[in-house]
Amino acid sequence: MRLAEHKYRTTSRIAGQLLHVENVHAAMIGEVVRVIGPDDYELEGEILEVTKGNVLIQLFGETRGLNLENAEIIFTDTIRQVPLSKDVIGRRFNGSFKPIDDLPMFLASEWRPARGYPINPVSRLRPEEFIETGISAIDGLNTLVKGQKLPIFSCAGLPAKELVAQILQNAKLRESSKSFAVIFVALGLTFQEYSFYLESLQDIESEFVAIINMADDPVMERLMAPRFALTVAEYLAFDHDMDILVLVTDMTNYCDALREISNARKELPGRRGYPGYMYSDLASLYERAGRIKDSKGSITMIPVVTMPEDDITHPIPDLTGYITEGQIVLSRELHQQGVFPPIDVLPSLSRLMQKGIGEQRTREDHRDLANQLYRNYAKGRELKKLEAIVGRDGMAESDQLLLDFASEFENQFVHQGNRSRSIYKTLDKGIEILQAFNLEKQVRE
Amino acid sequence: MKTVTTGKIISVSGATVRTDLTGLTLFERVSVGEQNMTGEVVRLEKDSAVLQVYEDPSGLGLDEPVKGLGVSLETTLGPGLLSVMFDGLQRHLDVLAEKTGSFIHPIHLDSSLDLKKEWTFTPLVKNGDTVSSGDKIGYVDEGPFQHPIIVPPGKNGRVENILQGSITLEEALCRLDNGADIFGYQSWPMRLPRPYRKKISPKEPVITGQRIIDFLFPLARGGTSIIPGGFGTGKTILEQTIAKHADVDIVIYAGCGERGNEMSELIEEFLELEDPRNNCPLMERTVLVVNTSNMPVAAREASIYTAVTIGEYYRDLGFHVLLLADSISRWAEALREISSSLEEMPGEEGYPTYLASRLSSFVERAGIVETLSGDIGSLSMILSVSPPGGDFTEPVTQSLLRTSGAFLMLDTTLANSRHFPAINWMQSYSLYQNILEDYFRENFSEDWQILRKRCQEIMHKEESLKEIMEIVGIEGLQEQDRLVMTVAEKIRSSFLAQNAYTDDAFCDPQKTLGIIRSVTDLYMKDQTKKA
Repeated sequence: MRLAEHKYRTTSRIAGQLLHVENVHAAMIGEVVRVIGPDDYELEGEILEVTKGNVLIQLFGETRGLNLENAEIIFTDTIRQVPLSKDVIGRRFNGSFKPIDDLPMFLASEWRPARGYPINPVSRLRPEEFIETGISAIDGLNTLVKGQKLPIFSCAGLPAKELVAQILQNAKLRESSKSFAVIFVALGLTFQEYSFYLESLQDIESEFVAIINMADDPVMERLMAPRFALTVAEYLAFDHDMDILVLVTDMTNYCDALREISNARKELPGRRGYPGYMYSDLASLYERAGRIKDSKGSITMIPVVTMPEDDITHPIPDLTGYITEGQIVLSRELHQQGVFPPIDVLPSLSRLMQKGIGEQRTREDHRDLANQLYRNYAKGRELKKLEAIVGRDGMAESDQLLLDFASEFENQFVHQGNRSRSIYKTLDKGIEILQAFNLEKQVRE
Repeated sequence: MKTVTTGKIISVSGATVRTDLTGLTLFERVSVGEQNMTGEVVRLEKDSAVLQVYEDPSGLGLDEPVKGLGVSLETTLGPGLLSVMFDGLQRHLDVLAEKTGSFIHPIHLDSSLDLKKEWTFTPLVKNGDTVSSGDKIGYVDEGPFQHPIIVPPGKNGRVENILQGSITLEEALCRLDNGADIFGYQSWPMRLPRPYRKKISPKEPVITGQRIIDFLFPLARGGTSIIPGGFGTGKTILEQTIAKHADVDIVIYAGCGERGNEMSELIEEFLELEDPRNNCPLMERTVLVVNTSNMPVAAREASIYTAVTIGEYYRDLGFHVLLLADSISRWAEALREISSSLEEMPGEEGYPTYLASRLSSFVERAGIVETLSGDIGSLSMILSVSPPGGDFTEPVTQSLLRTSGAFLMLDTTLANSRHFPAINWMQSYSLYQNILEDYFRENFSEDWQILRKRCQEIMHKEESLKEIMEIVGIEGLQEQDRLVMTVAEKIRSSFLAQNAYTDDAFCDPQKTLGIIRSVTDLYMKDQTKKA
């Protein structure tokens, strides 16, 4: 612990957002530094590397205008901390966690490191409480539960944000007595998307916190914003017993920022140029979702990932899928058919669904029904490929029935426009379609 | 007692620390900084040493102290390991939770085992007996087991004094005439294989209760199976199902860089489920080593060594042990991260060039052995692999293919049609098949092999017929081919597929035989008719 702030003017090198300082007496990894440029222009940075007397600093923000002489570096002797208070609710911040809603900064009742600490696996509580999203393809077949991290895998041009907005408007727990809040994290968002989301946020009933990093904001903030958000989420969830839904869009921008920064640090690139530690880095965000034993709160996370080139094996969706508990995959084909939300239930999956459904959670016939719908739809889709070769007339009658079922399932069950459905309506709808095709009995045999 | 030496930090870059402390040895354990973080010496130079820190290094600064502890990273072995959940460095996670709450803060824990806990010790040797490494001097009762206390490797002599009755691990149970004390626990450097008298070639299977594994791609006691699969193909569920039902004495489950929520689910289930053989909770035969993806990367790298050392220890006590690791890819990635932070020259896909040799020496720690005391013990491994993009040509899968005996390939297409376990029956293989033939024939049925060949034949035929069918439709097939398709469909749906959430999760070999016999009967009748 040092008693006074240290100031240096011994910058030896500036390259992009990296700054080297010489002759430093004391410094620590992760320490926050302030850099004062000409005209009192102030930047923040973080220490990446300390060698005897030499320090490498990563700056957050615009470095234009800095030179070796005019930069004044202040070492703060603290690692990056997030101010916390319940007053954070209802506020909007930028990627550096500064208010952007023209209100003064709230008074912090506590500070915690942005990086957070890993949850001890023995202290975790198994996620099993159903969250109703109002979307049949999710509630019925890929159920979301409290404490889960379930990403949406989208492609460029698909209505991911409309789906997210709809989930935000409907998301509720079965027991609505508890306090619920949404934390919205925008990473590299265009203005158009931003105004869309903001409007939807204003429409929702629950409380929210927004952390916004726009497409033209500093790249480094894109890496910090989700960490601020999750620290706030942990505080609200585990200190104040709230149920928090963290929505992050778009993780693809986050990963691109990670690649950019890694490259600037001259690190060895891995697959497609993304750094080799991207799995661990993504895990340090996603794994902060969950429930713990000594609190009633929970953090549920819905990250949006836009798959580059619609490719699910691209490193970003691939690594995400390895960490998260399932995925909701949007399909271009369904979108072109006019289905909304265009969720392709076959590659979609919720790993925690089994615990969240059934008696006392949703309804006792849920599991059985979901399996039947899934199986018949999978068969129908398989037959569609055959239909393309042999034509509908060349197919057995029972196969034709399954084909029709598949289309009906897409158009009636998956498709719901912008109306939300309760879980009971979703399940009844499923039964209705199965009965219409007389398939219910066949499968049960 | 080994001397503790102290020096200072002269540079920090991420979790790689350089110290001016000299006199360290390679892979010596060090304590780094004011918070006493655990570290390991990875490189020695003339007047400095490079350390790998096993915690989140935030806040580590220049001039903070570094202490060399004179020992390498060790695993503590003894009674009290069972039903405990450790992190990659063998820190007791429950104790950690008591100290730092629900979130893990870097602190130092003294011992992995509770040295104060009282056990009842029954000696098996008496004063004047000569004992040597690996000999059992007595046992303590631990849950459903008698946990033998063995003479640690390297110690031998005549027993001068031996205790009896209530003991703790911190007191010497036995004193030898050369002054050596034998405690209830022992330590072993995790990166070093434990000694045994000799390896034996495997002859018996591990019955996993999974039909497709036991029947088509069996695992031998002392063998290694690998399960590569893209995400969502059910690696974890398959590993956990096997962990629950496999007919072994001890299960070591290493959750290496995987999800935290899955681990909490696993613990709860293991506490609820009973071991059918002794009606004790499954947890009581299980040791969990857990380093979830968000816990420090270097400790993740160490986690599989902690797990395998514990496995070898139980093997040396004469038990049959199964080590399940989920997933080796996360371990390899940790190795890659560490290697790149040490600025080593990368090999294929950025992995260090020693990836393959490290992997093969790890896999070689499996085996069925005659222990130092002449008992038979085994350590079998089932390792899951998470190839990026589900592409099996990547280095981790390829290296493991060369060293492991069975390959259970998980198939995304099968998983998408909810066929679980999604093991592809055309591409998977087991090199243990022939070795285990005799065992299956003698213990289960004379026609085990015949049935297996028949099943494989049908599945092969189906595969080739499928292509034809796609063009001409099922109506266009000949009658006997249509029969093949029907039987194959039956095999797939009621034999190869197995629901992990129902009673079907475990299927004993007799039942497995029964099912395959009845399913293929139809096909056989047709064949005989033709003949």
